[in-house]
Amino acid sequence: MTTALSLPQVRRGGRRGPRMLWQRRRLPWLPLAIIAFVLVLPALLAPLITVHDPLRGVLGDRLLPPVWQDGGTWTYPLGTDKQGRDVLTRLVYGARISLLVSTAAIVVGALVGTTLGLVAGYFGGFVDKVIGWLVDTFQSLPMVLFALVVVAAIGPSFVTIIAIISATIWAVFARLVRGETLSVRESAYVARARVAGASAPRILLRHVLPNVANSLVVMATLQVGVVILEEASLSFIGAGIPRPQPSWGIMVADGREQLLSSWWLSFFPGVAILVVVLSLNLVGDWLRDYLDPKLRQQV
Amino acid sequence: MGRYVLLNVIRGILTLLAISVIVFFLARLTGDPIDVLGPENMAPIDEQALRDKWGLNGSLVEQYFAFLGNAVRGDFGPSFKYPDESATSVIADRIPRSLQLGLAGVLLTVLIGIPLGVLAAARRGSWYDRVAKGIALFGQSVPEFWLAIMLVWVFAVQLGVVRTSGRAGWSSIVLPSIVMAVFGIAALLRLFRSSMLDTLGSEYVKLARLKGLPRSRVVWKHALKPAASGPLTFFATIAVRLLTGATVVEIVFAWPGAGLLAYEAANARDFPVVQALAMITSTAIVVMNLLVDILYAYLDPRVRLGQKVMA
Amino acid sequence: MSTMEPVLTVDGLRTHLFTRWGTTRAVDGVSFTLHRGETLGIVGESGSGKSMLALSLVRLTPEPAARILAGSVVLDGTDLLTLSEKRMRKLRGSAISMILQDPHQSLNPVFTVGNQLAEAVHVHRPELAAAAVRERVLDGLRKVRMPAPERRLRDYPHELSGGMKQRIVGAMAISADPRVLIADEPTTALDVTTQQRYLRLLREIQRETGVAIILITHDFGVVAEACDRVAVMYAGRIVEQGPVREIFDRPRHPYTRALLDSRPRRDVRLDRLPSIEGSPPSLVDPPPGCRFAPRCRLAAERCTAEYPELTAVAPGHETACWRWEEVS
Repeated sequence: MTTALSLPQVRRGGRRGPRMLWQRRRLPWLPLAIIAFVLVLPALLAPLITVHDPLRGVLGDRLLPPVWQDGGTWTYPLGTDKQGRDVLTRLVYGARISLLVSTAAIVVGALVGTTLGLVAGYFGGFVDKVIGWLVDTFQSLPMVLFALVVVAAIGPSFVTIIAIISATIWAVFARLVRGETLSVRESAYVARARVAGASAPRILLRHVLPNVANSLVVMATLQVGVVILEEASLSFIGAGIPRPQPSWGIMVADGREQLLSSWWLSFFPGVAILVVVLSLNLVGDWLRDYLDPKLRQQV
Repeated sequence: MGRYVLLNVIRGILTLLAISVIVFFLARLTGDPIDVLGPENMAPIDEQALRDKWGLNGSLVEQYFAFLGNAVRGDFGPSFKYPDESATSVIADRIPRSLQLGLAGVLLTVLIGIPLGVLAAARRGSWYDRVAKGIALFGQSVPEFWLAIMLVWVFAVQLGVVRTSGRAGWSSIVLPSIVMAVFGIAALLRLFRSSMLDTLGSEYVKLARLKGLPRSRVVWKHALKPAASGPLTFFATIAVRLLTGATVVEIVFAWPGAGLLAYEAANARDFPVVQALAMITSTAIVVMNLLVDILYAYLDPRVRLGQKVMA
Repeated sequence: MSTMEPVLTVDGLRTHLFTRWGTTRAVDGVSFTLHRGETLGIVGESGSGKSMLALSLVRLTPEPAARILAGSVVLDGTDLLTLSEKRMRKLRGSAISMILQDPHQSLNPVFTVGNQLAEAVHVHRPELAAAAVRERVLDGLRKVRMPAPERRLRDYPHELSGGMKQRIVGAMAISADPRVLIADEPTTALDVTTQQRYLRLLREIQRETGVAIILITHDFGVVAEACDRVAVMYAGRIVEQGPVREIFDRPRHPYTRALLDSRPRRDVRLDRLPSIEGSPPSLVDPPPGCRFAPRCRLAAERCTAEYPELTAVAPGHETACWRWEEVS
């Protein structure tokens, strides 16, 4: 009865070999270009590519419209704000803040989260319970309120905002890494390393971490957009970057008062956030499909 | 089932305890609240009177336990800013307004996000699917505060069809609830689309078609119910966010809810109010998660019987 | 047992899959006739197109990749391929129904068995009251020899064993007295004893109801056990068909021959299964001649140039091979 045929399977679509990143799926060129030209390059080259001062304006040139409107000038392509500061220059320096804050917050959050996740997943038991409790706690904290209180208590600064955002995202990494560690822990090669007498830190770093690296990279990429939005929102309500730094969120907030007369003040920084975050999400999705399709179910 | 609920309740209580620690000690990072309350160089007798009034006697740890004991009874002490009122009553005034806005937001989120996601999956690859994916991407990427301002600019300033701010008449709730719903719509759309794609490709959906059921019934019954349990967890997050007052939206639209109160109280260093808000919000989150876990068990009989280990 | 009254006549059926790698000719001109009360086995390796054939018969091929391009599927005088989707839907489950391969996957995990069974009855007989539906459901469960059928109604699928689930799927399939029942590898996911019991059950149901069965399998053992006639599929086409005894005793196609030879025998150790050398051709760009030629020991020049049509070699026995006389 169990006469199964032992015939080779049909191979579809010809040769299957290891393919390179750029062959497997088309790279998302447009989003990558937007990230490069709106976020990364301006952030790195800000002083080189701007002629105006981002913090001090020319009082005689207040509230000038963008170049294509009546009264606009090429000196200020996207207009000026009520202190006579060039909007484009501030946008370029704003990219710096977005990139700096998001990178720092994600590095800190990922480091803390990964460490705790590895420890929880590897040791299990009581340690796992305690870390799980911390994760629950931080994921149940009302974050905006938390940020408002912290800023009210110790004042706004770069360090404060990075700390706040790290505190809000580490739990995501911890959850992810814990889950992956649990599955890796049971695998044969980790068992072999254990038998060979490798120490826990060594097993975690040499055997477990490389296995969760892909998921980590994907998660970190997906979080960049989230963090940029978070920074902008907190800055917008005054619980983020201190004035007069040109955070995109602050620029939107300041422009709000002149919404009736000078729409460009709020409009452009918002567009910058939108296109950058949108591109980051597209690249993150692409990277996830490429590196780690099983993450798809999670947000 | 009973054990499952009990374990989750205990977990929720532990979480709230940890949050109370954070909430209490964060508020004390500024230093002694007495500096906010009284004038500089107060007479020691006045200071003691103030301390008695606000419960600021003893060590920090003693104060924490006093805080916790009162908090459990819903008493967070009088507001610093409005000393004649208790923090709880200050908040109680605001919560219904946030609930009103939040409910509108949740309704929009569910009524738009779920059908869009389901239909996108059912018509995978069509122009409709592409538009839905575009909406999802936009909703996840647009800064809420900016969208709010732009909507005000277009609809209130340019077209003059709705009021710009405050809470008067039905039209004032339209824009803020839309803004609040955008992120949730995007998230639910994505989640439902992807989990529906899984269930639509399943054998049981094929069998349901084979029985002769109409495709629409297969989509909305056989594919949707098993697809709903995953996104549900996330829906709780969105719902809590909306119901407990979306600070950013309330600020832009000057909507006098709990979110705006949080902003005002934090800036005024009105710590009893902030602490009360934080604890109430966290409790709402914890309770919501608990409800979701129970609903999850209802949706998926494998969980109910304890056969499926929760992640 | 078969009275030679045709129930289902398939002619020149062609279903292709349009994917980004190209067009796959999954079903490429298949014709056969199914008679009342008989069981036709369709045998082939995975990828031979037999499952796509089954789905084509009920018009549930995966959208939008698959398209039925040509042919006819005539059930009791009606060509199913020309019906509107609405009319086709009414025939699914009532005139032509299907049992899927994996019972663990074919029942919806979040609805009770009773709910899913009742639905199958209700959709074709909406006028029936709840009590009547329930009676029919129980009747169906009794037909598949389900012990204590009343108690099963409130169970969820995961509370039942694989064999029980497959019986429930069977009860669902016959609940509206179909003319044709397609069973796509119905026993592959079951253990050996359950397999045999299930095949016997199908036979009994057939005897009681006269339903014509198409049994899709990769296993000649199942064919021997449960079928009257057999059609062998290779690369989207039927290469040989005829009565089971005849095919077993006198295969007239080298592929059938190889399949029969590759069956494990009691006296041969299982870990040394003989197999056919080479692999089935890609269905994206099939060779112009006989598709088995690249793997065939008998292949001659003509075989790679020209496709052999099915020709009768004995009463009811057809083969698509230029050199069938040399297949012993």
